[in-house]
Amino acid sequence: MALDIEKVKEAMYKLVKDSAGMKKWKATDLHKACEELFGDEYDKRGIGKDAIKELVEEGKLVYTYFGGSYLEIPHKEGAAND
Amino acid sequence: MPVEKKYETPLLDQLETGEWPSFVKEIKAAAENNAMANDLLGLLEQSYREKIGHWKHGGIVGVMGYGGGVIGRYTDLPDKYPAISHFHTMRVNQPAGWFYTSEALRTLCDIWDAHGSGLTNMHGSTGDIIFLGTRTEELENVFSKLTAAGFDLGGSGSDVRTPSCCCGKARCEWACYDTMGLTYYITNRYQDELHRPAFPYKMKFKMSGCPNDCVASVARADISIIGTWRDEIQVNQEEVRNYAKSGLDITKEIAMLCPGKCIEWDGNEIQIDNSNCRHCMHCINLMPKALAPGKDRGAAILVGSKAPIVEGALLSSVLVPFIKLEEPYDDLEIWEVIENMWDIWCEEGKNRERIGEFIQRVGLGNFLDAIGLEPQPEMVAFPRDNPYVFYEEYFEEEEDQ
Repeated sequence: MALDIEKVKEAMYKLVKDSAGMKKWKATDLHKACEELFGDEYDKRGIGKDAIKELVEEGKLVYTYFGGSYLEIPHKEGAAND
Repeated sequence: MPVEKKYETPLLDQLETGEWPSFVKEIKAAAENNAMANDLLGLLEQSYREKIGHWKHGGIVGVMGYGGGVIGRYTDLPDKYPAISHFHTMRVNQPAGWFYTSEALRTLCDIWDAHGSGLTNMHGSTGDIIFLGTRTEELENVFSKLTAAGFDLGGSGSDVRTPSCCCGKARCEWACYDTMGLTYYITNRYQDELHRPAFPYKMKFKMSGCPNDCVASVARADISIIGTWRDEIQVNQEEVRNYAKSGLDITKEIAMLCPGKCIEWDGNEIQIDNSNCRHCMHCINLMPKALAPGKDRGAAILVGSKAPIVEGALLSSVLVPFIKLEEPYDDLEIWEVIENMWDIWCEEGKNRERIGEFIQRVGLGNFLDAIGLEPQPEMVAFPRDNPYVFYEEYFEEEEDQ
């Protein structure tokens, strides 16, 4: 049976949420972690890419830039002025 | 609405003197009607006085769904300069070759006058239209008006940056392929990679139509696609003689400066040893009516250049010595090579490591092996010098002996 995208999204979100403030995740890091979790069923160019896209479009994750681009839980950044 | 002048700017005023256009003049013009530009003058004057920049980096701002196209900026003096407490940059994907109608430019300017500082860079070094300075809450408004006008945001961060090219066949007789067509295709093919950063660091494509390389892709692009030819330079001997008659010293200014030393001039005809031609364009540039690139045209694809940011500058190395770049672009084999390159770079690259630095670290031989490309003699760091591809069969022969 094909891998369910909701399962992948849930796993990715949990990885980012559980390590918020301790580790910043790049898209490639999430793919590597999901390859370990789901094995050969996981296709980073297909379901992996789509899962990240959906998580960002749903507002559950945001792209951030601090030297490189990362995926994080939405939050107010320290540098932001009112 | 007119804005009252708030700041005296004696240091900035000095930058308006002289014959050249001044950015101060432009900011002052914008400041007459825009509070952001007005506060920018005050902050810039303070920065010149104190020799300190007063900007903070904003890492989260963007438009919904995109990971690129907005570069967050805040001032560290928001109470003193409230109009620029947010001053985010937006990168707008430019049309290939930077062609616009005057109406399109007016539309862009109207959007930016309404929602930003009114200040732009035309164009940034990446090639994008740069909108300088807006607030977080205005980003979506600008984005929706841009898309309604047929524009989109460009790249920023660890993504495919907005592809850019020279004017190619639209205005240049030396274009060896349709740079604008290919740029448009690459922009569409890699929309996901452009808007959703997924790489260790930035990835730039630049397309030049001939080896003159007007967009400097050999020095600035991770993937440089540079037009070239593989047959003989086209020669019109009558026009060569006309250049000589008009005073051009062909021996001194062309033959002696030819890097391949492949040109001879006997006072009547020019002879070119095309097998030793380096395709530098020097002779063609000096005698455009007499010489032209060959008829069998295409492009060389190079990889790995970058400007010095995290580490030093790199120039590109040849990956594919010659490829015919003709439609349908979907059928070209190069996309598989590029996507394989991205896979190995994503898998093994370090954070903020450009692909050229990655290739240096792992070695070009190993890199070629990983992406499934056979080494070729043209893959050298410098022409006719220093090949850094290792041929395993040589070592096997030595072992046999």
